[in-house]
Amino acid sequence: MSKNIKSITNPKLQLKVLTPEDVRKIHDATLQIIEKVGVRFPSQRALEVWAENGAEIDRDRMIVRARPELIEQALDSCPPFYTLAARNPQQDLPLDGNHVYAGTDGCGVEVIDIHTGVKRTSELQDVRDIARIADATEEVAFHWVPVSAQDKPHQTRGLHEIRAIWGNSTKHVQTESVYSEHEARAAIEMASLIAGGKDQLRKRPVLSLMQCTASPLGHDGGSLDAALLAAEAGIPTGFMTMAACLTTGPATMAGNLAVGNAEVIAATAMLQLAHPGAPVFYAAAQTASDLRNGAYTGGGPEDFLFGAATNVLADYYNIPLSMGSFATGAKEPNWQAGLENSLSTFMASLVMSDMLLGLGFLHGSRIWSFAEMMLDAEIFSIVHKMMQGIPVNAETLALEAIAAVGPGGNFLSQKHTRAHMRDLFLPQFMDRRPYTEWESKKDDARDWALTKARKLLAEHQPDPLDAALDAELERIIAAEEKALV
Amino acid sequence: MTDELFKQMAQSIIDGDADAATQLAEQAIQGGLDPLEAITKGFVVGVNFVGQQFAEGEAFLPELVMAGEAMKAAVKTLEPEMMKRGAEREVLGKVVLATVEGDIHEIGKSLVGTMLTAAGFEVFDLGVDASPHKIIAKAIEVNADIIAMSALLTTTMVKQREVIDDLEKEGLRSRFKVMVGGAPITRDWVSRISADGYSEDAIGAVNIAKQLVAAG
Repeated sequence: MSKNIKSITNPKLQLKVLTPEDVRKIHDATLQIIEKVGVRFPSQRALEVWAENGAEIDRDRMIVRARPELIEQALDSCPPFYTLAARNPQQDLPLDGNHVYAGTDGCGVEVIDIHTGVKRTSELQDVRDIARIADATEEVAFHWVPVSAQDKPHQTRGLHEIRAIWGNSTKHVQTESVYSEHEARAAIEMASLIAGGKDQLRKRPVLSLMQCTASPLGHDGGSLDAALLAAEAGIPTGFMTMAACLTTGPATMAGNLAVGNAEVIAATAMLQLAHPGAPVFYAAAQTASDLRNGAYTGGGPEDFLFGAATNVLADYYNIPLSMGSFATGAKEPNWQAGLENSLSTFMASLVMSDMLLGLGFLHGSRIWSFAEMMLDAEIFSIVHKMMQGIPVNAETLALEAIAAVGPGGNFLSQKHTRAHMRDLFLPQFMDRRPYTEWESKKDDARDWALTKARKLLAEHQPDPLDAALDAELERIIAAEEKALV
Repeated sequence: MTDELFKQMAQSIIDGDADAATQLAEQAIQGGLDPLEAITKGFVVGVNFVGQQFAEGEAFLPELVMAGEAMKAAVKTLEPEMMKRGAEREVLGKVVLATVEGDIHEIGKSLVGTMLTAAGFEVFDLGVDASPHKIIAKAIEVNADIIAMSALLTTTMVKQREVIDDLEKEGLRSRFKVMVGGAPITRDWVSRISADGYSEDAIGAVNIAKQLVAAG
């Protein structure tokens, strides 16, 4: 099985979604929000960090107000480039601004069973299966914990999940499901074992942590504590805003960007104040709530614009971005799913967002679909191809072949055709068959995608984790469970 | 030595190299090799291989067409020698192929021709803008098994019906199988004009042609 990872690099397409002046205005608004309105940091450790650095703290409400200079100065120590390490070093992911990587999405609660097609509650075995298929899929560069292992105790669930992924894939793991101090401590210990020690982990972070903000303008205490521990250990850490126009953010897109930016930037500054130079990333999945029922949408034109705009902000702060794309609100792989996941991924790729989340979900990141996972992989491949643009040179202008064919005739039997036919995109799931063939079968992309996922699951053998090492991981989780009883 | 030559012949088809195929055919004639044997033990092996690769999704359309063109070149080189020896190549059937009158779109038609030739049919390609009279006259002249007509426009596809009507009028309809093709052709149209078969692509056309000659 190929160890190749497909990433978008050296882009030939560009998009201007915000002018430098727009960015400056959003930045100024952000600083004003942090200084005047404040951001909630419900963690004693986080509040200490702010206090030590002279921020104004409302202890009762746990709200921090910080001067613009403090924020800007803190952000100066963010490292602009670093590498997400993988168990297999060939699969390391340099976050250098010239790569777009896709990951699996997370963290869902239900799965459309790969064998029966019946929707049910997600379990640890699903995490294993998805990781295994992702390991065999070149469009997947890294993992999020795709679904929740609800058959495991909730206090250690996040640990079972990352062990399950490491056991079934050599690719980088970015977990969004470790958000308490005790779990973070154990996860870091597990990651150290994989990397070969704490110093090695700092050099080769095989794990990164993503924490959700609590929009508007708040954070979760456990998340802050976990992030502080991770930053201390040199594990790349990011805060994701999901501020949604209408509900957790203003109805206007610019206002929503400012609210989300204030959450992410304030928390990022806090990490830098505590651990200067710690690898951090920006994470975002802003959207707009539905006007009729307030629902999380997981798509729509505002979503697509946020996908492009956020990387402009992350670039302004010179830190990598983990961006929510894909993640359709559709209930099955259909018109809406194809539309939303294509446009969101295209827009986020045009601006070279470093990490894209992610493949595999229906119903706004709640229901895992193996078919959707494969279809999303193809969407990424299509965007990957588009981002290469149109190479124009003597060879691609094909003048010799054009002269050889002349008016009339065709290019099928030209040597030039043979040399370049593989430049053309060859889809796995687009129906280009004769109508009669479709008519006799009435199957489509969804069927073929599911068949492919089943085949990968049945056939792919990932490089196993060393048995002694895996036993150590198991021991850490068991010890954690014992301590909690 | 001959085995090695057969291998090279097959390879020239797999490579889609018409020049090499021609050269190997000439070499066979000079070496006194039976031209029929050169085809069946050499070149056809290559055609079958590419066809199999294509069916498995490993080879693409240009490779199939190039193999077909190379095969055509080899057969053309061997033909005079076959005539001299009084040997006749066993063909699956004779097909008169044309784009109908008023229509100049021929890529699909030419593809069908290449595929049919590669599959072992003898194809008489009348090119584009072929009148009903010209098509029928040629079919009678070569004693064709199949008349195959292509049209791209709804305004020219009516000529397919005209050919069939003319065959009826002249009492020739039962003598030839008629297959049609082209972007506007539907199953409904095929039954309305009482054609014997149709396909939406060149690969399918070969299967239809095989079925029609088998049905006699």
